[in-house]
Amino acid sequence: MTDQRELPIPTPETKHFWEGTKVGELRLQRCQECSKHYFPPRHFCPGCGSKKTVVFKASGYATLYSYVISHIPAPGIKPPYAIAVAKLEEGPKMMCNILNCDQTPEALVLDMPLKVIFQKVSDEITLPQFEPK
Amino acid sequence: MKRNSIAIVGAAETTDLGRIPNMSQVQLHADAALNAIEDAGLKISDIDGVATAGHNAVEIAHYLGIIPSWLDGTSVGGCSFMLHVNHAAAAIHAGLCKTVLITHGESGKSQQGRFGRPIFPSLFQQQFERPFGATIPPTMFPIPVLRYMKDYNLKEDQLAMVSVVQREWAGRNPRSTFKDPITTADVLNSKMICYPFRLLMCCLVTDGGGALILTKAERAKDHPQKPVYIRGFGESGETPLISQMDDFTSSAAFRTSGKNAFKAAGINHNDVDHLMIYDAFAHLPIYGLEDLGFVKPGEAGNFIADGNTRPGGSLPVNTNGGGLSYMHSGMYGMYALQEGVRQMRGIAPAQINGANISVVHGVGGMFGAAGTVVMSNNDQD
Ligand SMILES: [Zn+2]
Repeated sequence: MTDQRELPIPTPETKHFWEGTKVGELRLQRCQECSKHYFPPRHFCPGCGSKKTVVFKASGYATLYSYVISHIPAPGIKPPYAIAVAKLEEGPKMMCNILNCDQTPEALVLDMPLKVIFQKVSDEITLPQFEPK
Repeated sequence: MKRNSIAIVGAAETTDLGRIPNMSQVQLHADAALNAIEDAGLKISDIDGVATAGHNAVEIAHYLGIIPSWLDGTSVGGCSFMLHVNHAAAAIHAGLCKTVLITHGESGKSQQGRFGRPIFPSLFQQQFERPFGATIPPTMFPIPVLRYMKDYNLKEDQLAMVSVVQREWAGRNPRSTFKDPITTADVLNSKMICYPFRLLMCCLVTDGGGALILTKAERAKDHPQKPVYIRGFGESGETPLISQMDDFTSSAAFRTSGKNAFKAAGINHNDVDHLMIYDAFAHLPIYGLEDLGFVKPGEAGNFIADGNTRPGGSLPVNTNGGGLSYMHSGMYGMYALQEGVRQMRGIAPAQINGANISVVHGVGGMFGAAGTVVMSNNDQD
């Protein structure tokens, strides 16, 4: 096992997202035609195909939608650790780990409120993570 | 396309299953292919169409010495072989080729001559899932299940019952990897892999392969085996990211594939005598039973725990023992198809008496794709 987790390799379509996390912003996109909020990033709306989209700063509030607690060794992450899906206040779902929380079923209660927290993992990459609100 | 106009006339698995360290992956494809060609009473030179997944179809054709007039390399995970059956049937119907060979071979355990992943990497998965430790199937596939358990009050022991029931079927199959009976306590006390999934809720990792041969049903009488007719089929896909699955309690790919297959076959659920649902993990038969419409949402846990899918039950499911107990090389779909063929031929180790219609449903990736094949042992509409 290496000591570094696998890091995202930003692409032209996702650059704004990874620049956002570096400055403490969780950035989503909104369609100006159909008002859909969407994630992961792309230059058009996956709901209606419109290219009229804007990037906006999300509230950072979410709820715990589902998760597993992995007991499998993984690069840069000490098991057991939760691999979770946060349901953002704005609608989209986002994978994350849950920080500042026991990694147990008792502590990780479905639908509990979460708040985004930013975890710097390299000079280039800061991951959006979540913690109990 | 007319129902039952295409038939499976050859079907075989590799001579051995389980641990096959003396064969590389391409040889596993060939071993299964040669067995299926012999089963169909054909020669390699009779094959003019080749389909495979997780391996370059051109290499399989070249290795066998075939210059094909039709190729299909659809590789969307473990259900790719269901899609190959669908595509082959359509291609034969369209006159693009006459006799199609579909092969699977995977050195999942011994890792002989196995390079890369059988499914294309996802750009989004790399950026938005893998950094969080979601890198291998046990860390991804079970992620929706806690949501399902809360929304439908599914209990852990009901999930464990899926593994218990499949072991009952495996005990009837001499080629199964695991045959000894297990209890829900055994399952729940087995090693924790990814909560709430214990070891016995996760599929095996083995070596093996399988192959199918399809041709026009009107030619089926030229072959020695009882033909198995393709009555209908469906396929679909949703997302390579488990986190972006629209509904964590139901697969859009399953629903679309299943609905289209049942419609094409002109059957309803009461017509189904035998069902295969790709079980990479214990929750798959639960989602499958509901998304294919055999039970209502939230009912499958009780349906299985009540014994409906076990030997002697009203709806026999995964009669070979499944990916949980029979074998799982990585892309299990081929073995589900093989069991469907055996049941329709009437030669399965755990044969369902009087079974006329088998539905074989596969998943690809982590609820990413789906393929459904409706087989029949007769060509009556
Ligand atoms: Zn839109």
